[in-house]
Amino acid sequence: MDRRAFLKTSLLASGALLIGVGSCAREDGFEMAEETWVPNLYVRIDPDGKITIVSKNPDAGQGVKTAFPMVVAECLEVDWKDVHVEQAPADDRYGRQALGGSRGTPDGWDDLRVAGTGALYLLMGAAAQEWDVPAAECSAASGVITHDPSGRTRTYASLLVTAATLPAPEIADLKLKSRPADFKLLGTFVPGIDNREILSGQPIYASDIRLDGMLYAVYQKCPVFGGKAKSANLDDMLKLPGVTHAFIVPGTDDYNGLQPGIAIVAETFWEANNAREQLRVDWETTHEDSSEDYAKQAATLAGGPGETQRHDGDVDAAFAEAAKIVEASYHYPFVAHATMEPMNCTALLHESGKLELWSPSQNPQNQRKLVSETLGIPEDQIHVYQPRIGGAFGRRSRLDFTVEAAAIAVEVRKPVQLLWTREDDMAHDFYRPAAWHHFKAGLDDAGRMMAFDHHFITLGMNGETVSGANLSKNHYPAGMVSNFRLRQSIIETNVPTGPWRAPGHSAYCFAYQGFFDEVAVAAGRDPLEFRLDLLENASGKLQLDPERAAGTLRVAAEKAGWGRDMKENRGLGIAFHFDHRGHVAQVAEVTMDGTRYSLDKVYAAVDIGPILNMSGAKHQVEGAVIDALSTTRLETTIAGGAAQQVNFDQHPILRIDKAPDIECNFIQSDNSPTGLGEPPFPPVAPAIANAIFAASGTRIRELPFQRSGISL
Amino acid sequence: MPQITLKINGTDHTLDVHPDMPLLWALRDKLNLTGTKYSCGIGECGSCTVLVDGRPVKSCLRTAERMDGREITTIEGISPDASHPVQRAWHEEDVPQCGYCQGGQILAAVALLEENPTPDDAAIDEAMKDNLCRCGTYVRIRKAIKRAAEYAADDGGDV
Repeated sequence: MDRRAFLKTSLLASGALLIGVGSCAREDGFEMAEETWVPNLYVRIDPDGKITIVSKNPDAGQGVKTAFPMVVAECLEVDWKDVHVEQAPADDRYGRQALGGSRGTPDGWDDLRVAGTGALYLLMGAAAQEWDVPAAECSAASGVITHDPSGRTRTYASLLVTAATLPAPEIADLKLKSRPADFKLLGTFVPGIDNREILSGQPIYASDIRLDGMLYAVYQKCPVFGGKAKSANLDDMLKLPGVTHAFIVPGTDDYNGLQPGIAIVAETFWEANNAREQLRVDWETTHEDSSEDYAKQAATLAGGPGETQRHDGDVDAAFAEAAKIVEASYHYPFVAHATMEPMNCTALLHESGKLELWSPSQNPQNQRKLVSETLGIPEDQIHVYQPRIGGAFGRRSRLDFTVEAAAIAVEVRKPVQLLWTREDDMAHDFYRPAAWHHFKAGLDDAGRMMAFDHHFITLGMNGETVSGANLSKNHYPAGMVSNFRLRQSIIETNVPTGPWRAPGHSAYCFAYQGFFDEVAVAAGRDPLEFRLDLLENASGKLQLDPERAAGTLRVAAEKAGWGRDMKENRGLGIAFHFDHRGHVAQVAEVTMDGTRYSLDKVYAAVDIGPILNMSGAKHQVEGAVIDALSTTRLETTIAGGAAQQVNFDQHPILRIDKAPDIECNFIQSDNSPTGLGEPPFPPVAPAIANAIFAASGTRIRELPFQRSGISL
Repeated sequence: MPQITLKINGTDHTLDVHPDMPLLWALRDKLNLTGTKYSCGIGECGSCTVLVDGRPVKSCLRTAERMDGREITTIEGISPDASHPVQRAWHEEDVPQCGYCQGGQILAAVALLEENPTPDDAAIDEAMKDNLCRCGTYVRIRKAIKRAAEYAADDGGDV
């Protein structure tokens, strides 16, 4: 390789590289042919004109493997049909490669545009040099540079050798496309890049990996969280068909990492799991936590003051002067993620000490670190691949299942695929945490909310809120009400919790937007008008952008025909929210039939700036609506220190017959694009609950809905 | 261990299986046909759907031994190149999000259209309600089935 052919390396603010020296020499398919020119890690252009764009983040259905290359293709001015996408493994030269927080799009927006625009800059410069004309007289489209005054053209592929000799541009000199008006490809409906493989059952998920000599494992942990195995009938396991190994793994105390358990390894998954049915374990447990006990503690704490997190004005004095007081309490239980593909990981430990891992993971760098620290294998010996993920929703940010597989591989010294059953998966989730909200609002005689007190009872460990259980003291309506108080009480828990699609938000939006509706109704005001007034007259500092939030409310309301005459048993409900930089409002339309309801239609209004892939964007909205509707009927109950609902018969995910009509309205703008995995979810449940109230007078203050006697 | 012959996508496979091993695991772990997916093991989700003599069957609920001699179609077998009208429609409507359930969804749709070439919404819901999708692609599944019905009609009625 001629190292002078490589461009100079520039380091971007996020750590991404515009070019990569040696980036083509890796073993996973990125081969460097003599004239293949790699201007950066993102783009490779072959002499035959093939454009290969590397996708660095894992794709779990949120569509980045399609949308991110679209950004590069847009800026590079090539046709989508000429683009091929390769999935990158974990590689620190790409910077952050995680999935979560709806951060993919906002974090990647600059780097992706720089990659495409920078590559085009060099190609343009190469053509200009070869023609001996100013680059400013050249334009690009569909993989071809044209010298506009003379009409001469050159394909990108014909310019590679020259382009490789030019100095890399300064990032500041690149004009990055940013406005929807300038986009040709971005904003259009583009089917997913992996569709062919998905639709024909190709082995693209981690659980599809098949290695020579691979064994299969199951890992039995104590149903009570944190329990340790004292002894087990391991000898009996070894007598069962297909079983090759059975051993205790002592594990660690890190409930996010390697928990104690029994590994059973066999020639097929079924034989390992079949053997497990006869496994008898003597467990040592340390608690008997239960949802019922938490509820009792919550009731006791509700009578107390909690710890004040924020107090603006004087809430108690304001209540004393209020014309009307509205009080209500809201609650929701734990709920499991239940991704369609259960947890799994395939581990191959080579004689050389190199460890290869294939798993559905949201954070390959954290995975590598966890395995390294737990098992004492140096990080540079650990190679993490990123197969397609069968659903994430936050669960795959916890890498417990990957260190389990690695530990088993280290013990058996053969390639091994650890597969969790659905029961393992639901019994060992990192649940969305339960919480209790006690609201009190004071209205003046114009029906304006002038005081707001909120006692938030949540879960913690050692006095600190656990993952997903935290509520910001600046959450609305802070800044919207001159007398505002947030108080917090913590119930100690042993239940593992973790991020669950819009952590915190997905649950407490149900509480806030339901209560706002109650206040509006008590004030005799329209729920839409009440919310717009709150936003437009907020005098304090806000997390959200009130104009953008109001914009979403207006669009959703308009599309839903808010205010139209509804028949007696029909109703509309509205809610808005802001999280992960996105503003969303939803209107739900329901029909009641006694205590049953049907969700006829949902009107979504979404403001996340420009849309990258119109198909992917609609997917996130449609998917969030169905996910949220589904979740209104689900719960995970804790009893005796263990989760009670462990398969789909007890955790009835929504089926197609209940899917509503969904209308997506995107308020595009010249703002920078932000993410969509999470923002459309939170307002759905309260919009539905509010619609049910409008249609029936029944107010729902608890999840799941059936606790209020209402069913779908 | 009994030896059985499974006729899968037109090819005979002879293998030894434990009498209790479900067809799902014979496919995935004995034959390395991983298009058929595991998600619950109790017949609630439909990810393990295969067609047996053209009808959708949950392969986690049938032993491989019981399927000896039957004609089984898996997702890998409905076309050599994703060109089946249902696959084409699924692509045009961009149905998949994570994609994990889609093999089962497609096979259920193939079976539906075989029996009812012009299904209405009620018929679609009835036929497809055995197949869960956690990502929520149901709206697109309905659209894609209708589109596939049109393609099949254009292709001369063959699904």
